[in-house]
Amino acid sequence: MDVLWDSTDPLTVRQVGLRLTNRDLAHTTVMTVLDRLAKKGFARRQRNGRAWHYQAAANREAYVTELMLHALDQTGDRSAALASFARRVSDSEAEVLRRALESIGELPRD
Amino acid sequence: MFPPVLVLAAVAGGTALGAASLASARWPYRSPGAAILLWQALGLSWGLAAVGALAALGAVPGRHGVAGGALSGAARAIRSAALGFGPPALIATARLAVLAASAALFALLVWVLLAASAAVLVARRRHRILLSLLAHGDPKVPGALVVDHPAAAAYCVPGLRSKIVISAGTLDLLDSAELAAVLAHERAHLRARHDLVLLPFSALGRAFPRARLVRQAHATVALLVEMLADDQALRQRPARELATALLRVGASGAGLAPTGALAATGTAAAGTADAEVTARVARLLTPQARLPRHVQALVCCAAALLVAVPVTLLLFSF
Repeated sequence: MDVLWDSTDPLTVRQVGLRLTNRDLAHTTVMTVLDRLAKKGFARRQRNGRAWHYQAAANREAYVTELMLHALDQTGDRSAALASFARRVSDSEAEVLRRALESIGELPRD
Repeated sequence: MFPPVLVLAAVAGGTALGAASLASARWPYRSPGAAILLWQALGLSWGLAAVGALAALGAVPGRHGVAGGALSGAARAIRSAALGFGPPALIATARLAVLAASAALFALLVWVLLAASAAVLVARRRHRILLSLLAHGDPKVPGALVVDHPAAAAYCVPGLRSKIVISAGTLDLLDSAELAAVLAHERAHLRARHDLVLLPFSALGRAFPRARLVRQAHATVALLVEMLADDQALRQRPARELATALLRVGASGAGLAPTGALAATGTAAAGTADAEVTARVARLLTPQARLPRHVQALVCCAAALLVAVPVTLLLFSF
């Protein structure tokens, strides 16, 4: 997936395989992975001549944002899907917490 | 002997009252584990008693408790409607109506739980796929995944293949001791499958979004589960590290609100988050003694009794 994100143009299976230089992967392995990414909606593909060309469906930042929105529970419903360490507090409360932090001798380092 | 319908109705009402007072009680902070058990018993007992009270209204007296009586009551009412003999039509209709209401409530509760479980599984699956594409390991947090984002987030994805996730923002925010405390806290969640404790309450919250008591119950149990994980983390790390980690993460400000999603969660949610983090920090900085053993045992007995009474009445006659 990183290869698709780093490329501006749609890539064929062979091109993706060539860019995965750190790993020695069989052509069919790369093809299977790309096929699955396309089926899950992470990659778009179009036929160009005889070969499929793959492209990322959205950029990396969009997925990171989705991940973090879900993680920070800002989608509105507090489901039991994930368990956050601490929930985000309001600005006024954050100020109270910062003062509490100072009072126990742990000054924020910023 | 009191008729079962009165006892069950009293249990249903009593558990609701009990839940309301437990939500505002402070002793659960001292022994969150026992309090969670009591919450679970209250919820289960309420569901059984509410379904059972309706069923008892339409049941005919018999040897097999309210459940058996309800079944024969339904059979008798249907037979009399079909064949035109037996109890008068009005009574048969009324009996069928309350039995149908009882069955509908039971089906609703089961459905809500199944739907919530399915939704949670789907959400986690999507989250795991995203993590596999985006996250990477980091020597600063062994065993956890790191997502490159400046906002502070630390959480776990429970399940058979559970994951602990830390954002790059959190890595910058916390020192190594605090990170270790966060990891200990999250590992406690995963080990004890706290998500399964929370699931029924979250499911009820989805089913009855306007019921204040249900919302309160969910929020309270969620807080108790966090306190339980805090306590577990304290076995490995000093309270101070956990408290400063909580303060830093909580106070890290709204670093991520690209679509105004933060505003959408509303002030009520922000209010409970304030109270939660404050209560946890206060508990860590000025620890209170756990409840004495015999009081904890008493709470567990009360929980067992709460469930035993409706189950007994549903299955046995006296």
